[in-house]
Amino acid sequence: MIKTENLTKKFGDTLAVDNLSLDVSEGEVFGFLGPNGAGKTTTVRMLTSLIAPTSGTAIVNGYPIGKKDTEIRKTVGILTETPGMYDNLSAEFNLEVYADLYEVKDPKGQVEKYLRMLGLWERRHDEAGTFSKGMKQKLAIARALLHEPRILFLDEPTASLDPEASHLVHDFISELRKQGRTIFLCTHNLDEADRLCDRIGVFKTHLLVVDSPANLRSQLFGRRVVFHLANGTETMAATVKALPFVHEARVIDHKLLVSLDDPETHNPEIVRLLVGSGADIQFVGELRHSLEDVYLQLVKDA
Amino acid sequence: MKKIRTIIRKEWAEIFKKRMVLFTVIFLPLFLSVLPLIILGSMGSVTASSVSSDLPAQFAQVCSASMTPGQCMQYYLVSTFMIMFMLIPLFVPVNIAAYSIVGEKTTHSLEPLLATPITTGELLAGKNLASVIPAVLATWVGFAIFAVGTVIITGGGALAGALLSLMWLLAIFVAGPLMAVLSVNFCIMVSSRVNDPRVAEQVSAVVIIPLLLLFFGQIAGLFVLNSMLILIICAVLILLDILMIYLAVRLFQREAILTRWK
Repeated sequence: MIKTENLTKKFGDTLAVDNLSLDVSEGEVFGFLGPNGAGKTTTVRMLTSLIAPTSGTAIVNGYPIGKKDTEIRKTVGILTETPGMYDNLSAEFNLEVYADLYEVKDPKGQVEKYLRMLGLWERRHDEAGTFSKGMKQKLAIARALLHEPRILFLDEPTASLDPEASHLVHDFISELRKQGRTIFLCTHNLDEADRLCDRIGVFKTHLLVVDSPANLRSQLFGRRVVFHLANGTETMAATVKALPFVHEARVIDHKLLVSLDDPETHNPEIVRLLVGSGADIQFVGELRHSLEDVYLQLVKDA
Repeated sequence: MKKIRTIIRKEWAEIFKKRMVLFTVIFLPLFLSVLPLIILGSMGSVTASSVSSDLPAQFAQVCSASMTPGQCMQYYLVSTFMIMFMLIPLFVPVNIAAYSIVGEKTTHSLEPLLATPITTGELLAGKNLASVIPAVLATWVGFAIFAVGTVIITGGGALAGALLSLMWLLAIFVAGPLMAVLSVNFCIMVSSRVNDPRVAEQVSAVVIIPLLLLFFGQIAGLFVLNSMLILIICAVLILLDILMIYLAVRLFQREAILTRWK
């Protein structure tokens, strides 16, 4: 659905996006992570035909950017970083304007559909300026969906929203995912990316890495299993470390930390070995690194 | 065409919710309609002897033979103020047009708007018409009030005929809309280049300078408006309008507007 090759954008001497090559499949939720000023918004603007790349190519929904810009704009939806509603117009009127601009066949029907879906129908006659941040964001999401785009670009959809409003937006993104829409999600919120995205790309002017959150954790930190032992000893750690599939094993405060590639396969064998050597196992669990750890590691290395 | 109508509808819905803008659109035309009528009404007792020496020599030639010197003086004063009718299509849209692009920038609504399939031509045409139409209608309504008032006050006759002559009809119905187009495109051009609505309004206000030159030029006796001069003004306005529309479209660079705006 989205394919870029060496997409580059320069503003004068400043390199904003450097040779971005990525491929986002249909129905995928792709998280685009990066620090402030990394070039995320510039990338979204290029992919939505708002600005032209300096070099490189991109195909969005089958249309090349720079050549079929109107077609791209017709078939993608964008949630910009700030909602940008017309504050002194009603919520309904705001959406009707965009329904007409997107040439929606049944503008009234579509406006009603999304206002109801996002819980704003009862407030449809109220001026958008009277809405809370969360409600404005929902209205902006409705605006992005009026023409039923197959690809949706969401630029920081939950920035500055309270937890409740963020939760509503997350649920709605999950719903869109179920509908099979392709979602390109720019975010700072790593929990959000972890929860919603099939794959993430960590970006800082150029793309550092693309993979699923789980694979990224595994690649960067390996997988670690923690065995809570009532009587953990260094001898038990040495016994486990001798196993051929174990990379590392050490005891910290009666907890045995074991690094290995495939815990699903090898955990039972470790458990048998520990029990055989007299260990009293209280709990077993995987020690998960947060996506934040992954992100910080990648950005630091860059 | 539908997208242009949508932009006009949106602009009007926004504009006419602002009371000050509504006041500008209604008050100025009303004031400029009533002012010449008051002058006309208050000069009913002017006599030939009291005015013959005050009238500029060039102007006396403009008066028709059927006018008395008193009527000629009335025509001179009222027609000088009638130049201000041409202020309406220049001034009324300044507020509206100057805010049109920079206003979208400040409210961050420009990016989602530009992300729709609307073309630059459609967007600017919508913004243009949303400003031009109220200005032209306000001018015409104001002039209609003035015309009716003139006929009532003068009881028709040579003076009314002169004040509602082809020259003034050309000025109001042809030069007026052309001036509105000029003013609006200049304002839109400024609006798309600046980042502050106040700057846009201040800079855009310079569009009234040429008209003030016309006004004071006639008062100073440098020239007298006649049909030929109005036709020349119309021709110049057409050329300026074409140039200004071209520049407004050329200078509306989506990328620069989006990326330079913070």
